[in-house]
Amino acid sequence: MELTVSPTEGPLLAVSDLSVEFHRKGQRPVRAVDGVSFTVDAGEVVGLVGESGCGKSVTALAITGLLPQRGVRVGGQARFAGTDLLTLDRRSRRDLRGREIAMVFQDPISSLNPVVPVGVQVAEVLTRHRNMTRRQARSTAAELLDRVGIPDPQRRLKEYPHQLSGGMRQRALIAMAVACQPRLLIADEPTTALDVTIQAQILELLKELVQEIGTALIMITHDLGIVAGMCDRVNVLYAGRVVETADRRALFAHPHHPYTVGLLRSIPRLDGARGERLTPIPGSVRDLLPWQEGCAYAPRCTRRSEECLDGLPALVEEPDGRAYRCIHPERAGGPTRDTVRVGA
Amino acid sequence: MTDEAQRQPLLQVRDLKVHFPIKRGIIFDRVVGHVRAVDGVDLTIYPGQTYGLVGESGCGKSTLGRAVLRLNPITAGSVTFDGVELTQLEGEPLRAMRRRMQMIFQDPLSSLDPRQNVESILTEGLATHGIGADRAERREIISETLDKVGLPRWALSRYPHEFSGGQRQRIGIARALALGPDLIIADEPVSALDVSIQAQVINLLEELQDSLGLTYLVIAHDLAVVRHISDVVGVMYLGALVEEAPSDDLYAEPLHPYTRSLMSAVPVPDPEVEDRRERILLSGDLPSPANPPTGCRFHTRCPWAQPQRCATERPELIELRPGHRVACHWALEIADGRLQPHEVSSELVRPTDGDPGVPDVQPTPLR
Repeated sequence: MELTVSPTEGPLLAVSDLSVEFHRKGQRPVRAVDGVSFTVDAGEVVGLVGESGCGKSVTALAITGLLPQRGVRVGGQARFAGTDLLTLDRRSRRDLRGREIAMVFQDPISSLNPVVPVGVQVAEVLTRHRNMTRRQARSTAAELLDRVGIPDPQRRLKEYPHQLSGGMRQRALIAMAVACQPRLLIADEPTTALDVTIQAQILELLKELVQEIGTALIMITHDLGIVAGMCDRVNVLYAGRVVETADRRALFAHPHHPYTVGLLRSIPRLDGARGERLTPIPGSVRDLLPWQEGCAYAPRCTRRSEECLDGLPALVEEPDGRAYRCIHPERAGGPTRDTVRVGA
Repeated sequence: MTDEAQRQPLLQVRDLKVHFPIKRGIIFDRVVGHVRAVDGVDLTIYPGQTYGLVGESGCGKSTLGRAVLRLNPITAGSVTFDGVELTQLEGEPLRAMRRRMQMIFQDPLSSLDPRQNVESILTEGLATHGIGADRAERREIISETLDKVGLPRWALSRYPHEFSGGQRQRIGIARALALGPDLIIADEPVSALDVSIQAQVINLLEELQDSLGLTYLVIAHDLAVVRHISDVVGVMYLGALVEEAPSDDLYAEPLHPYTRSLMSAVPVPDPEVEDRRERILLSGDLPSPANPPTGCRFHTRCPWAQPQRCATERPELIELRPGHRVACHWALEIADGRLQPHEVSSELVRPTDGDPGVPDVQPTPLR
């Protein structure tokens, strides 16, 4: 099947009602992602934030088709430039992956093949997707390594992953990801394994590259600080569902969902006032409610009422593009007049 | 902290060095070099204070914490706890001292024995130090400790895997508290926890300090967390302190170039701040502590490095402002803007750097 991936109207990627269920023999199925919907426009930087277990990484794996074939049930849709990625056959998905959609993972050492020199691994993308000869691929690989800030790239090409430091490995992975100038780049906690000063370098590099090649970026992270500095739009995930989505400035200035508010209040800030107590979110991530029975955050929420347990809370969409799933949002006034209620 | 001068310090570390030998050889171990994990650190902690130690991985902050408890062999220097020199102690007297200094570890799951229930975990220390006459009395002590850390009493019969990450960290804290210590060394107490849980544990540590008058040495890489809980913060780079100041002073005016870049690198969850702030990006990686740079250890990555002195002379930690100590030859010039940052080309740092047993040759590709 020849794929026609052409510039289309509407968002570059539209994920709607994505769900992922893991089945294991003799155990209850685990629903890791439970109805995630979000969109990514061309060239946009979109953040997926949440704590561990909220389904942010599984969402990325489902979109790219990297989940194991067996024991996993994926539902919903993920339309990339008009094509549903979830129903695509494996071959065309492989053609798309690396060329149109690329990923950068958290742990660079386990994403690289330890017995193959870095140069060969970078060149592989080029020979596979851009039909380059080995010689061409090699010289392009050197340019790529140079672009991502690896000193002395010619020499680095012949080296193995263990000879590079963590930051350099992550740079090499980024070089591989941008080798084909993809239209969508998914970065899954790209800096979590790195030190702060190296993290700043890598984030700066990602920002530059996104500008340079005009790719859209999905930034998956648990760090609200990273999101605040990078993303155009932010999706906050809780228990496998997007609970709030908003423009980054709007989100941080006026978070509406109690979970977003709770997260922002519970983290100490470098520039905050010292000595004041943090306001932690009570309970733990394990205190969940299945979304069908009500708001999953209700057991930990300080604003909950009886109504919160009457099934899935409706998604409230506001004209400025903000949407949240809560019946008791934190706001200065009451609900605004032009608030539209959209069915669950 | 007003009358610091009159007060007796609880912990005093002087010129502490911890060097780990690098050994080679099949039958006879030859020492071929040393990893200078901690290389000359001075610090003083007063009772009731929280001292925060920050730095990137590999800077020696954990080694320093462990060396204070004598969990690592000390190469040189002195550690004085409440007037007692710890480096000379051995055997029983050392064990007795350790009751007063307890540690909280980073990963609550791997620091708790999965086959011991909570009662057994908490009682072990009491039994070792002979606290409590019989089982009932010990049980009384640990039940009180559980109340302090906010765990229910039924937790006693449970096993670590039955708890969430935050609760496990509470067990770790209870284990440290059960012995009634004066000093608690917390090595990355919250970094393994989820964001929403971190605040619970941070608050708990603060409440315990208020009610029990504890002294903390908190080791962490997260500057925001350290700033939040510490009275005094020490910044480490490659085995040495580069700056030490009261928390607010340090964040208001970092004087060492490394502290400046470290602070500018921490993301702040506020788009307004993020858009305005200026980043000082460091080039390259942390050099190997087995083969540290000459002179100032930071000069290879320092955007303010000067041709004079920086590469040849190791700066001493000097008190530039009251209570604010900095190890930089040019700190004052940088502070008042007489020196401007410049470009630094990054030097490649290899994981095997400074390991003399591995010759730096190019491997032939397997093809």
